[in-house]
Amino acid sequence: MTTGKLLLYIAVMAVATYLVRMLPMILCKRKIRNRFILSFLQYIPYAVLGAMTFPAILYSTGSLWSALAGLGAAALLAWWERDLLLVAVSACGAVFLTEWIQRLIAG
Amino acid sequence: MTEAGQGSFAPRTGGTAGGSFTKGLRNGLPIGLGYLSVSFTFGIMAVAQGLPVWAAVLISMTNLTSAGQFQGLDVIAAGGGLVEMALTQLVINLRYALMSLSLSQKLDRRVTPADRLGISFFNTDEIFAVASSQIDPIGRRFCYGLAVAPYIGWTGGTALGALAGSLLPASVRSALGIAIYGMFLAIFIPAAKKSRAVLAVVLTAVALSCVFRWVPLFRGLSGGFAVILCTVIAAALGAVLFPVRDRPAEAGDKGADEGSGQGLREGGRTL
Repeated sequence: MTTGKLLLYIAVMAVATYLVRMLPMILCKRKIRNRFILSFLQYIPYAVLGAMTFPAILYSTGSLWSALAGLGAAALLAWWERDLLLVAVSACGAVFLTEWIQRLIAG
Repeated sequence: MTEAGQGSFAPRTGGTAGGSFTKGLRNGLPIGLGYLSVSFTFGIMAVAQGLPVWAAVLISMTNLTSAGQFQGLDVIAAGGGLVEMALTQLVINLRYALMSLSLSQKLDRRVTPADRLGISFFNTDEIFAVASSQIDPIGRRFCYGLAVAPYIGWTGGTALGALAGSLLPASVRSALGIAIYGMFLAIFIPAAKKSRAVLAVVLTAVALSCVFRWVPLFRGLSGGFAVILCTVIAAALGAVLFPVRDRPAEAGDKGADEGSGQGLREGGRTL
């Protein structure tokens, strides 16, 4: 990819993100009262996270098995409501261990 | 009220009313530390996707958002269109619109439109949560002070991840690839555990996302658009089936701002 194209991507990203944050603060003086819009906006983070995590998490490592191990570890710790960082690091640890074992088996 | 003497010296914000820069700075430190780890992963992933170190850092410096940046990486890696990029960012970051709206009513009267242009740039989930948890209306000094540590943490972590990422062995890089998803799970699983509505929204989004990925009919649909579609459909379904309770925002007083801040803190933490 050329530097120009890359800069264009970054500029579009930055401008879009900024406009979303800036316009409501500048333009809207009154509160949102529409219940549907309020609800919609409140659910967006979870919908985004769900869609971004699955099925992408299965392809995020060197093998499907290690991805499943990482997913299992993360899901369990998340269920126990552990700290974000601990959940993430444990997922990495499970992936690392699984791939190490797989390499051992493969000889 | 420790800097009362500055009242005559700073007509724009009227001294300490609205909170001092130092107070904001202190409040932002824990956010900055938290950002270090997430942005470290972003830096690693950006380089792993073939981006140069400077581009990873530039993205973090100009965007200051996690989910949007990770998704943006995918669009760049897939060579997606610029319209797709803009729409993806718009939808994923739509929640900021509500936060900016809420924050705009929290700012004290002396905050100028020019300051609003600056303050809104730094409106992340965590900064918003801290800003809206203040009891009194907040001023520009507090807002800018609050943004310092998170901004340094976010861009610094990205630079470290991007630089160190290329030094790490392949086995470690492969393991780190799952980190961001682990973090996502840590956000939505506890929320889905507590709320049937969130569970329904997440499951709908996951199911749609899997369909778009695996059913041959949708092979032409790029990753960015798939995320947009999943998000809009799942969140709209949630809004229809489980409309949120009316907030005490109708009163229009200080207590109302607190109320909406509370709801968003539950709704959109750590993105």
